[in-house]
Amino acid sequence: MESNKNFVLGVFDDEDVLLHAVESVRGKGVKIHEVYSPFPVHGLDEVLGYKRTRLPIAAFLFGMTGTSLALIMQIWMLGFDWPMIIGGKNFASLPPFIPVTFELTVLLSALGMVATFLIVSDMKPYKWPQQFDLRSTDDKHIMAIDLANNKLDKSAIGAILKESGAQEVNDKNF
Amino acid sequence: MQVSSSLRESLITGGKTVGDVSEDISRQVEGKPTQLWWMAFGVSTVLLLFGVYCMSITLWEGIGKWGLNKTVGWAWDITNFVWWVGIGHAGTLISAILLLFRQKWRMSINRAAEAMTIFAVICAASFPLIHMGRLWLGFYWALPLPNAFGSLWVNFNSPLLWDVFAISTYFTVSLVFWYMGLIPDFAVIRDRAVRMGHKTRAAVYNAMSFGWSGGAKTWMRYESVALILAGLSTPLVLSVHTIVSFDFATSVIPGWHTTIFPPYFVAGAIFSGFAMVLTLLLITRKVFKLEDYITIYHVELMNIIIIVTGSIVGIAYITEFFIAWYGQVPAEQYAFINRAFGPYWWSYWCMMTCNVISPQLFWIKKIRTSLVSTFVLSIIVNIGMWFERFVIIVTSLHRDYLPSSWSMFYPTMYDLGEYILTFGFFFCAFLLFAKFFPVINMAEVKSIIKSSSEKKH
Repeated sequence: MESNKNFVLGVFDDEDVLLHAVESVRGKGVKIHEVYSPFPVHGLDEVLGYKRTRLPIAAFLFGMTGTSLALIMQIWMLGFDWPMIIGGKNFASLPPFIPVTFELTVLLSALGMVATFLIVSDMKPYKWPQQFDLRSTDDKHIMAIDLANNKLDKSAIGAILKESGAQEVNDKNF
Repeated sequence: MQVSSSLRESLITGGKTVGDVSEDISRQVEGKPTQLWWMAFGVSTVLLLFGVYCMSITLWEGIGKWGLNKTVGWAWDITNFVWWVGIGHAGTLISAILLLFRQKWRMSINRAAEAMTIFAVICAASFPLIHMGRLWLGFYWALPLPNAFGSLWVNFNSPLLWDVFAISTYFTVSLVFWYMGLIPDFAVIRDRAVRMGHKTRAAVYNAMSFGWSGGAKTWMRYESVALILAGLSTPLVLSVHTIVSFDFATSVIPGWHTTIFPPYFVAGAIFSGFAMVLTLLLITRKVFKLEDYITIYHVELMNIIIIVTGSIVGIAYITEFFIAWYGQVPAEQYAFINRAFGPYWWSYWCMMTCNVISPQLFWIKKIRTSLVSTFVLSIIVNIGMWFERFVIIVTSLHRDYLPSSWSMFYPTMYDLGEYILTFGFFFCAFLLFAKFFPVINMAEVKSIIKSSSEKKH
């Protein structure tokens, strides 16, 4: 039965071999769909040509939101809405507001960034990921190549993968 | 590619491969709990139930059930609160500060230490909540909510309110950090369950892993999130115990009114936190046969941190005494002399022995690399740290400004019962964690198993 999505998988068990393989496969003009690893392989995002993530910017913006909300809340509540004399201090003085402002900055930054991460990575509790090879969470690195995105045929890509050090070359259809 | 010295020994012993890591750690989750686990869980449940009984009576009849009086209005409740929050400092310190310093030995211990942090913070939070008396009104007292008592907001000048924000933020961020670390490991158990044909288990762990795929792009984002969470958690850890110490330091009670409290409390928190991590990990490593993952080298490094923080705490005790004398304030001088030689002298000297003298034994290599002595000393340190808080709180309060209101504090069964409640909860929660969650961060440990380029050396 012919299904609509056909992939060729290269199976690697060593991250150094994998990194060189990604370079040589991309050097031959083959487009890689994605590489699945059991642990983060440093430098893999660079050889795959991924742009740096902008999550730090999201974290910063959420953090600034927290800072502003905390300051506005405290100054408005104690300075304007219901001013009270506490220990003879000013209604709205900055130093006692620092702890709550700091905590809310950290809280919003952390929660906002993690929420952004889950959304951009399309991760949800009720979603099953595309599982190319179950060993990719155990001890193998799986390089998936989408045949629809490449001009070369299955056997040519398989040969390139073998040449670059893949232990096995498999097919996967969805 | 991991850059590490070829001279340094591998942190994981026994020649483990990447596949062995999945097998060794997941097996604990997949198997049935042992008899020992059931026994421990049974005992913890009994403690928990006794605690729940004492708590219910206290909530029903009021906190008059405790041994508090007009002079000593804070005693075991806040002692236990500060003690548990202190214990809750090690987990995030290990995972955040040691991540920023690229200390790879944290990888075998961070998961369990973070779990301990989360449970300890829950235990800590229970004391101020119960002390509110009418717990169900606590939302209006502790959170900035408009209420029917008049449009009176919470007092943002109060360190007690800062505590509410500090503890709840610390709990939330630690929980998120811990859970982020668990996501890839839940996916390991999910995929093993698929291969073994356990459909329900696969579905449950897939939901818990948020459908983790392990793609390079996701890993890149994931690492970025972990690094920023570490950067956020580092000042957060330091801020939490600083703010807890403000509860005392911003008051004008002799013995509390001290500017060195924030760093002194933070050092004490790390000190007691590492001691509790050692107590729990030495048992976990034995029960789950993790000797190759948590080695003597890990234990030794943690003991060195105990020497450092224990010495900081010791210097803080001496500094307090020196400043009381040097400051020439009679009330302050009296408070400190009363601490060491007054009616609570025994708790003061217990604290000094356990916290200042006992960790110095770790200078001897034989003692800091021995599991038995580490286990014993880790418990002694935590006893000492409990007494530190008791000494600071009760001895400063029990001699009031007017000698006619001088008094003593005697705990009741209900004081004890609520302390036992937190122990019951803590151990129940830790046992459930150890059974259903991978106790070691598999993804991180796999990344430090040496790859081919390093093996050639």
